[in-house]
Amino acid sequence: MPEGTLEVENLHLWRGERHVLRGVQFALPGGACLEVSGANGAGKTSLLRTLCGLMYPEEGRVLWAGEDVRRDLSAYHGRLAYLGHEPPLKADLSARENLRYWIGVRRRVDGKELDTALARVGASSWRERLVRTLSAGQRRRVALAGLALLAVPLWLLDEPTTHLDAQGQELVGQLIGEQLARGGMVVAAVHQALPAAAGEVRRLELPG
Amino acid sequence: MSLDAAWLALLRDLQLAFRKRGQLVQPLAFFAMVTMLFPLAISPELSRLRSIAPGVLWVAALLASLLALEFLFRDDAYDGTLEQYALSGRSLTGLMFAKTVAHWLLTGLPLTLMAPLAALSLGAPAASIPGILAAVAAGTVALSLIGSIGAALTLGIKRSGALLSLLILPLSLPVLIFGARATQLAINGSPLLPPLELLAALAVLAVTLAPLAAAAAVRISLE
Repeated sequence: MPEGTLEVENLHLWRGERHVLRGVQFALPGGACLEVSGANGAGKTSLLRTLCGLMYPEEGRVLWAGEDVRRDLSAYHGRLAYLGHEPPLKADLSARENLRYWIGVRRRVDGKELDTALARVGASSWRERLVRTLSAGQRRRVALAGLALLAVPLWLLDEPTTHLDAQGQELVGQLIGEQLARGGMVVAAVHQALPAAAGEVRRLELPG
Repeated sequence: MSLDAAWLALLRDLQLAFRKRGQLVQPLAFFAMVTMLFPLAISPELSRLRSIAPGVLWVAALLASLLALEFLFRDDAYDGTLEQYALSGRSLTGLMFAKTVAHWLLTGLPLTLMAPLAALSLGAPAASIPGILAAVAAGTVALSLIGSIGAALTLGIKRSGALLSLLILPLSLPVLIFGARATQLAINGSPLLPPLELLAALAVLAVTLAPLAAAAAVRISLE
């Protein structure tokens, strides 16, 4: 899986009159995790969305393996997984159906793989239930199963432990630890520190 | 692989639509009601109904198709599906096209199948049905695709229905004009090829350009 380094050079982002990101820069090699913290409105989500290529910074660049990601955004997107505040799930589909469509759009996935991933996050007994009947924590677990199934080198996670119980938070730590062990990278915006199972993490605090 | 992605996006929308049947029935019920109310409001006299049938059919089809457009991308925008599509590394244009095909299958196709019944109830002769079917099929394809641009452009706007209509109605006028003309010629038993060809050309143009425009608009709305 190790493919490249994520580098961020002097990133400046404005939202209207607000200067949200002020010269953010860091380099993240394979096998490293960056924990981004800061007060509400400090720009954590904006940073993740800029790293994804969903938002265009006024100044600065995001480099993947030394190349500006804007040169081939589609290829870069094929190497990242972004999990926002809310899991990208359809309320009227079951947990399993959701994963089948979500992951299937990106790569071929068979039923066995889906079931294994859902079992890993403790969803075996409720995988056929409609997502509208699941709790926020269960939905987050389904999203984590999707994240693991995507098998991409870069994970961009926005508050990955939200709504999860202690066991679920531990699971997030384990998944991050496994991603790093494979040589992948993780950038996670957090309000509380990532679980210890994630291993050693670098920290970036955004000014409020 | 991009084809697989588009196929799955299409399947997902179809499966979701069949789980939320209320939304599915709304445009059809609207179309049926409008076409049935006209004879009650104007006159049951067949010759009179026959002369207004093309206009009634096409205005009802246009408004029914508009009714369903608001939902085309809205739920996907709220639950993060559009974001995932944009970040999938697959062609967003292809995925938008797949979604619009699903929309046509769920609204345009049923409207096409219902149009002959509505036409017959408005006094159209049975011989005009093949022509009406062809015109409504091509016209609703164009309407769905043109509508997808408006739906994508108004994604970030709350209560976007009115704005969507303002954006889409002027662009849909050629479809309305050629569609009504083709239907009128079919009812009169005259050759209807010229307006039908123009409708087909509009549909082809929309197939070529609308998914590109919709994908660009979705990208802007995600920023």
